[in-house]
Parts: sequence; structure tokens; C-alpha cells
Amino acid sequence: MPNISIENLNIKFGSVTVLDGLNLSIADREFMVLLGPSGCGKSTLLNTVAGLIDANDGRILIDGTDVINLEPKDRGLAMVFQSYALYPQMTVRGNLGFGLKVAGLPKNEIEKRVSDAADLLQIRPLLDRKPAALSGGQRQRVAIGRALVRQTKIFLFDEPLSNLDAQLRAELRLEIKRLHQRLKTTVIYVTHDQIEALTLADRIAVMKDRIIQQLGTPEEIYERPANRFVASFVGSPAMTFLPATLQVLGAHVSATVGSISVPLEHYPFKSAPENGMAIELGVRPEQSTLGEGPYSAKVEMVEPMGADTLVWSKLGEYSLSTRVDANTKILAGETVPLSLSTNKISLFAKDSGLRL
Amino acid sequence: MSPSDVSSAAVINAAASPKRKSALTIGRIGLYVFLITAALFFLLPLFVMLITSVKPMEEIRNGNLLALPQVFTIQPWVKAWTQACTGLKCEGIQVGFWNSWFILIPSVIVSIAAGALNGYALSFWKIRGAEILFAILMLGAFVPYQVYIFPLVQITSKLGLFNTLPGIVVVHTIFGLPVMTLLFRNFYVSVPRDLFSAARVDGCGFLRIFWSVMLPMSTPIIVVAAILQTTGIWNDFILGLVFAGRDNWPMTVQLNNVINSTQGEREYNVQMAATILTALVPMLVYFLSGRYFVRGIAAGAVKG
Repeated sequence: MPNISIENLNIKFGSVTVLDGLNLSIADREFMVLLGPSGCGKSTLLNTVAGLIDANDGRILIDGTDVINLEPKDRGLAMVFQSYALYPQMTVRGNLGFGLKVAGLPKNEIEKRVSDAADLLQIRPLLDRKPAALSGGQRQRVAIGRALVRQTKIFLFDEPLSNLDAQLRAELRLEIKRLHQRLKTTVIYVTHDQIEALTLADRIAVMKDRIIQQLGTPEEIYERPANRFVASFVGSPAMTFLPATLQVLGAHVSATVGSISVPLEHYPFKSAPENGMAIELGVRPEQSTLGEGPYSAKVEMVEPMGADTLVWSKLGEYSLSTRVDANTKILAGETVPLSLSTNKISLFAKDSGLRL
Repeated sequence: MSPSDVSSAAVINAAASPKRKSALTIGRIGLYVFLITAALFFLLPLFVMLITSVKPMEEIRNGNLLALPQVFTIQPWVKAWTQACTGLKCEGIQVGFWNSWFILIPSVIVSIAAGALNGYALSFWKIRGAEILFAILMLGAFVPYQVYIFPLVQITSKLGLFNTLPGIVVVHTIFGLPVMTLLFRNFYVSVPRDLFSAARVDGCGFLRIFWSVMLPMSTPIIVVAAILQTTGIWNDFILGLVFAGRDNWPMTVQLNNVINSTQGEREYNVQMAATILTALVPMLVYFLSGRYFVRGIAAGAVKG
């Protein structure tokens, strides 16, 4: 079974260290998303797994075999690129079949596989066109098809949807998910789009500054971000952060946000809270409720988003966003009661940014 | 009217009548006068050559250089092609014409192939010191030919290539390499790297990527390279003279011999005809490839 294990990977470009002692293991048939801002090393990692970039040190095991010295073609994987990278002088048919032709497969086998992939991706009418005569979405379908025909156990995606417009992106995202459910291959998928990560992944590795900040299921990443960076990078609309101080009086723990005291009895602390510690309260828009509760908030702005509405209000001196039902009638300027789901919010240490 | 009114009025006029009168300002007239004068100046020698080549010798002896021929004859052309003496042999310039083709075709193909492969390797297979290698190769483009001639004579004669057709082909390839490499490297640097990566994942090796992916995309730059090399190699004199050997002397060398080997009177009309015949191939290349040739100059200009 094609599980992938990356051990102590070191990559340097000249004097610049791109990856430093990175470890990551990916289970068989898992959809692993590497998520992070540009320059965090996620594409380098993917290209190294593909064999397109040489590692300075470390091992990459596929099915227990170290592939670090193998050529890309011998690693049993297929790859889809952000810029599609279709061969401009070949037709779609030629593009799909090229890898198989290089591998020396018989003509009828190539024909069959190309035809299957074309049906699966609904690109049969395009088979005799050149890439220049295709739209962006069609090109990316062909690029995915080129990976499919090779019938490898591992697929690598390098920001495959970044060059597409929003609607096509959503459409192809769904298609990639469907393909994965159907083909049950191991996937490593690189993106900077947190929606793609949350919707597609079995597990997400959030990366920043060459380091995996958090590795977990989409739920874990979203509900219990390991640090402030992950919390702010994942989720849209973004989490709001309220600076606060911890108050510990015996068993009673609370946070003072400006002039407001937020009781934290229900918060699952990882370690014993310290009195007087500077912290930040991370509150996602659905972790506060308007209309009832102990605090009063002054509504500043209302953003209708279709299915729901985002309300920006002032809690004391800090702004907070709350997701409410689209039918809720709230106007800017009103003062409304507000409550916080203290069992769901996140607390981060002010200095280290780590989750408490 | 303010200037913007004038220009917007011009736009409206242009839209209204497709046959817009071009503004014949003083500046324009001056420009045309200059261009026409320059054209006449540069065409004059060609004109003299052409009319001289179709005059019989009696008329030429009269000394009216610019006079149109009174008796029109193509005899000088026939003689130049078939009978003009190049040294001891009198078989005309045609021998050189064919020799030039025998040198030209393999030299153009081999030098372009080598330059393309070099350029491809330098842009995609980044080895340690690739930049230094490239810089050294470029240096070759700046050192004058003559410096290399003596060592190259030594090398080719040691290899048994001196005075042979393969010898001159090798020499042309070597001298074409810096510019050809530069041309193709600059072209391949603009090809997205993902394409190269995709081919590698698809299982291609060094040569397969070059042959199946890169070369099919290279048509525009190959045309430019072919133009540069064809005109350059056809016009070459010194390398052909030194390395090709007496039996393979190209047309340029033969032309020189036609003009220098005189018995009795100087047959100006034959010499003019032979010269035009020699210049014909590059001239045709220039005429037929206008757009590409300009692109070639621009690409070549990068070398500084």
C-alpha cells in the first residue's frame, strides 16, 4: 500500500534553507493537503516528493522503499501542475497518451486508457484540439487526465486550481474530491486556499516558515487551531482576536477583556492556567451569539452574505464578528446582548502564540 | 482648438472615412527625402553592377559607368557561371556555388542542433557552474576569429580534418556555437519550468524531453537561427579559404579567384555577374525572411 513517509528532510538552495528536518507521514489512500502562505516550503516539499528537487539530507519512503535517489518516473506517481504544463504542440490525445508512449505501452492500451480518462473527465469532444484552443478549466481537466492515465497509486497536485476563476475552482474542487473517492489513491495536494484544504483533505498540514505548524483533520484545524497563525490562516470570515488577561481565583478562571470579564469554566485548558497571563481570545464568527447573553455589544456594520449575515459589533473597545441567520433583523447602531461559546473559543498565549 | 480637440477630431475623421489622408507635414517630407536619397545611394552600386553585367565589353571600355546598355547581353552571366577561370581551372563560379551548398547545409544543421542542445541543457539542467560555463562560451563570441585560426589548423590537421568537407563543417559549428547557444538558451529560459517537470514525471530523460517536448516548440527560434547561420556561413570567406581545401572552396573564395586571375583584359561584366550570383543566396534569404530576420537581429543583439 502506498503510504509515504518523509523523514528528516533537509533542502537548501545555495545558502538558503528551505526545509529543515521535516517529518511527515501520509497514510495509504489519504488525501493530505499542505496548506500555507507562499514561501512556506510546501511546493518545495511536493517537488521533492516528486523527485524534481534533490534533497540535501533525509529520506522519503514510499511503501517502505527509500526513493530519494530515484528519478520521478520511477517513483510511481503522477503530478498536476498549477500552470497546467500541457505540451503545446500535441493534441489533447497526444498529451494524455505521451507518458504511456514514453513508457512503451502498446497502442491499443494507450488508446483505451486515454478514452477512459476522457470519459471520466468529460473531455472526449476536446481530444483532437491543441491546448491553445482550450479554456483554463478545460486545460486543467486535461492536466488531471494526463495524471489519471498513468494509473499510479499516488497523485501530487501543485496548486492546481489557483489559476482558475472562483466558479471553476469550486467546480473542479468537487471533481477532484469525487475522483479521489472513486480512485482511492494517495494524494498530496498543495494549496494556499484554506477552503480547498478544508473541503478536500482527510488531513491538513498547515505550514509556515518551513515548519509544519499543525497536522490534523480539517475539524481539528478549524476547531482547535494549535497556534495563532493557524487560527488566523484558516477560516473565512476570519477569526477575531481579543486581547485579554487571565484571572485565576482558586478554581474560578476568567479572562478580562477590557472592562468585561469572560468566565472560562468550560474552556478545556491543556495545562493549568496562570494568573495574570497575557492572552488572546480567538473567536470565530459562529462562536458568539447575538440576541441573548451577559454582554452588550454595539452593532457597527452588517454584511449580508446571502446564506447568512456577518455582524460586526463592538464588545467594549474591541471589534468582533458574529455570524447570524440571514433573516435576523439587525441594524447598525443598535445595542444588542451577546454571548460567547466559551467551550468552543480558542485561547492563545500572547507571547508564544500557542494554544492554551 | 486645443491639442486634445485636434486629436479627437482626427479620430472622428478617421472613423468616419476609412481613406484618411495622411498628414503630409514638413517633417514627413524631410523624412521621405532622406529615405529616398539614402535608398538611391545604397542602390547605386547594385545598379552599376547590374547594368555592367549585361553590357558587352566594348561598351564598358567607353567608360560610361552609369549609362544603360545599348546592346543587351546575358553572355557575361553564362560565362561567369560556366567558364570563368578560378586559377588554372576555367569551369566558372558554379563549382563554388555547389561547394557552398555542401558546406552550408551540414554546417547549418549541425550548428543549430548543437546550439539548441547546449541552450536546452544550460536552461533546464542546472549543474554547478553552469553560469560560468555559459560565460566562458559567450567569451568565445567576442574573441576575433583570426586568433583561433592557427591553433585550429593544428588541431584539424592532427585529426585529419584539415582541407576536408567535414573539417570546414566542424569549424563552422564551433564558431557558430556561442551565438546559437545564446539564442536557444534565451528562448528556453522563457519556457515554463513546469513543462519540463511534467515531462520528467511522464518519464522522459534528457534527450527525450529535448526531442519530444522542447524541439517541437522551437520552430520560431530555429527559423531565426537558420537565417543567421545561412547568411553567415554563405558569406564566410576566411574559414572556407583556410579549412575547406582547394576542392571544397566555397563560392566566396572562388569569386575572389575569378576576380584576381586575369589573363588579358579585365572582364568587368563577367566579374559583376559572378559577384551578383554569389550574393544571390543571402539576398534571397533576406528578402524572403524579413520579419524573422529582424527578430534574429534583435535576439542576437542581446550578446551586447
